[in-house]
Amino acid sequence: MKGAVRRVMTLITLPTVMLVWGCSEGSGGSANGADALAAVGHAAEPAGTDPTAGGDATPRAPAPPADSGATWTLPGRDPQGTRYSPLTQITNENVANLKVAWTMSTGVLHGHEGQPLVVNNTMYIVTPWPNDVYAIDLANPDGPLKWSYEPRTSTAAQGEACCDVVNRGASYADGRIVINRLDDHTVALDAATGKVLWDTKLDTIANGATMTMAPLIAHGKVIVGNSGAELGVRGWVAALDLGSGKVVWKAYSTGPDSAVLIGADFEPYYERYDGKNLGVTTWPGDQWKLGGGTVWGWITYDPETNLIFTGTANPGVWNPDMRPGDNLWTAAIIARDADTGHAKWAYQMTPHDSWDYDGVNESIVADIPIDGSERKVIIHADRNGFLYTIDRTDGQVLVAEPYQFVNWAKGVNLSTGLPEKVSEKQTHQGKDTQYICPSSTGARDQQPAAFSPQTRLLYTPSTDLCMDYRGMEVSYIAGTPYLGADVRFYPGPGGMDARGEFLAWDPARGKKVWGISERFPVWSGALVTAGDVVFYGNMEGWFKAVDARTGKLLWKFRTGSGIVGNPMTYVGPDGKQYVAVYSGIGGWVGAIVPGRLSPDDPTAALGAVGAVPDLPQYTAAGGTLYVFSLQ
Amino acid sequence: MRKPALWLAAVAVAATASVLGLRAGSPAAAVAPARSTGADSASLHALRVCADPNNLPFSNARGEGFENRIASLVAKELGVPVSYTWWAQRRGFIRNTLRAERCDVVIGIPRDDEMVLATKPYYRSTYVFVWRKDRDYDIHSFDDPRLKELKVGVHVIGDDYNALPPGIALARRGIVRNVVGYSIYGDYSRPSPPADLIRAVADGDVDVAVAWGPLAGYYAAREPVPLAIAPVSPRMAVPGMPFDYAISMGVRRGDSTLAKALNDIIARRHADILSILRAYGTPLVGDSGELASALPARSGQPCERGGEMGVCD
Repeated sequence: MKGAVRRVMTLITLPTVMLVWGCSEGSGGSANGADALAAVGHAAEPAGTDPTAGGDATPRAPAPPADSGATWTLPGRDPQGTRYSPLTQITNENVANLKVAWTMSTGVLHGHEGQPLVVNNTMYIVTPWPNDVYAIDLANPDGPLKWSYEPRTSTAAQGEACCDVVNRGASYADGRIVINRLDDHTVALDAATGKVLWDTKLDTIANGATMTMAPLIAHGKVIVGNSGAELGVRGWVAALDLGSGKVVWKAYSTGPDSAVLIGADFEPYYERYDGKNLGVTTWPGDQWKLGGGTVWGWITYDPETNLIFTGTANPGVWNPDMRPGDNLWTAAIIARDADTGHAKWAYQMTPHDSWDYDGVNESIVADIPIDGSERKVIIHADRNGFLYTIDRTDGQVLVAEPYQFVNWAKGVNLSTGLPEKVSEKQTHQGKDTQYICPSSTGARDQQPAAFSPQTRLLYTPSTDLCMDYRGMEVSYIAGTPYLGADVRFYPGPGGMDARGEFLAWDPARGKKVWGISERFPVWSGALVTAGDVVFYGNMEGWFKAVDARTGKLLWKFRTGSGIVGNPMTYVGPDGKQYVAVYSGIGGWVGAIVPGRLSPDDPTAALGAVGAVPDLPQYTAAGGTLYVFSLQ
Repeated sequence: MRKPALWLAAVAVAATASVLGLRAGSPAAAVAPARSTGADSASLHALRVCADPNNLPFSNARGEGFENRIASLVAKELGVPVSYTWWAQRRGFIRNTLRAERCDVVIGIPRDDEMVLATKPYYRSTYVFVWRKDRDYDIHSFDDPRLKELKVGVHVIGDDYNALPPGIALARRGIVRNVVGYSIYGDYSRPSPPADLIRAVADGDVDVAVAWGPLAGYYAAREPVPLAIAPVSPRMAVPGMPFDYAISMGVRRGDSTLAKALNDIIARRHADILSILRAYGTPLVGDSGELASALPARSGQPCERGGEMGVCD
């Protein structure tokens, strides 16, 4: 498919002239609002679609989704976020014959997190800032792009993003492609034409807020959240009407119950969450107003209970001593009704976070047997190093075990849900605290896991880094000098050769089944298929296929740059199964490469550079989509 | 080849900026193309300064800050014009400005900042308490028991594991419930967002604020109600974390030619630089500034140490 490559040349050389783009703030195509709501539940694929494509997941139908897996319409493929594909052409027996089918440059040299979508024989990709969207006609490989959307995403937004100017992809439903832009716009595009259907601005970069997460479309709502807890913004999650882009509800992560959307239907499992306005009373004074808890990670949805599962980031302001208390509802999972946003339950993984352990990682919806009985759970690998299996109907923690070396807490008490904190690892401004594991990058960051209902295993990337929080060096922001904490990350117990691991985890028993050591933190997501193949990439650029049951390496290919994106799979118009992944180093830990940060500044990128000073020796910046198929 | 390329890049940036309707006050609104090779500042055509376009009293795009005036003074001494690259002074400021070779000097930077090669410091200031004169608090110490009762405003950062000394000093004394944090970043679409903290004192939203001296001194004199300021004590927020800082100019590490030229100018024109600072109400420490005597004595005597204007450490 050389056509794809040629297409890229065109993209790069064309001046970025705006032909069709016009910002219609908040509406446009809104007449379809009611229709969109009514239409939810239909496959929403236009007529003449790929005959191999089945219907998409139907809301309120029992899991697992009944579709054939030919398409990939949501960030995690299904609303449950499993990143499991029922496709079986590529198996653990034949994956060794996988070859590059075609590639395409995105023209952007920043961290390529996220994944493409495929529906109706069209692939949709979103680039890191400036957040261009390309629609690739899979049925016409020699033809031009179906369309492109090149928004005037604010140049200034780049300065506000904490950890590279990433974008984690789009969502598709009802003929609409929905993306978030770094400058706090959520935009719906006509999937057929690229026309802007609506454009809703949700926050402002002037306050330090950006948007990097992938919207999730659930029950006719576009669920989105903001980024920027590092800058002291107050986190929120909002639902926009898919048809009109109008905000249906917006829930804050801190503040009074009325702002958090906690009401009579809030029934958390643990008594400690029973009080009134805990989003205020677990903070001193008005500190909750700058309380962080942004919702920048993957959101999942359980059509059966109509609940969405959202994770909240670390509390603000940084200095933990200024905010004694649990700092609810930061570093927590909140289950909310998709239609009203009202919280059904909540669980805080890291009360009074003092290590930057955001709770934003995805909560994969699955049904698994635990101790002989089938349980409806979410599976959540947290930054704090514990991997939680939680009853998704009420928030009871069923299993919580460390999946990397953890020493800030001894364990999680299942009867209270509280971590058993180790007091010597508590950070205080001006006090040296050494050897905290995991580091702030977490035992894992946002890079999402996959869950196979066939093997009943979770496949997750992970990071083995520890940190010292110590010393003080002079710093200067907005004209104000101070001596800041000097946080340095370094390899954990695994050493330099094992700063990352890709592992299979039994969520019913809380045990690792197998693991593959990687030189660098594994910053790509995972894909598992019914062919019992698991795909992931590493920061050196190797894209790997391993056996889902044994972890045995079956195939690998060296892409042009480090991989921090998430593999996906689909069936092309030719009936063949393809696997696709972005190659383009960046993101928090990978920022040393595209940001050209100096390896002699170990505190750059929030301390992450110190952990991977050798990364530039292994990979260079890139931005390429790779698509593979069996030969 | 090179000149047209740069010209095109500059036009592209300018065009983008104008299409976006960005004011000069927006971060990164005007971005000079990065130089591709190491700058030899010995043959200067202009004093290339990176500065925040929206952060009085330090600098703004209209040239109204004291750092703007000091830059003009330095440029005049060098016999060249000033050329600015505007960049919000937030995380990555030095990386994206000096280190990216978009400019050759930043006018104000703490002397001990390891990101840059610092000149000799040309002033030293301190965090101060700020209150309305009609409230007559006269607070000088973090150990003043009234701080447990009054509503106290401080700047907060909220990122990078960092916190400003006033919040740390208060938290160490268990003073948290009555403390109100104001984001040091604030709302950048408004003028000089850090000034919100001083306005909060004038408006009565907080009783006392603790703020960096140059900011407090400048805005205290401009609020409609009279405000008082006093340097904080004790000298350290926690051991090793002081409230007063010596401020230098910063150049790229290795650019000792420019550093020497700037040091010469600082020595020659120091009295004039201090006059500028005094005109902006900057509380000065360790020289003949009015607040010097109010500070507890430091370990050493006033010293020269090659032009060091503060006191010996």
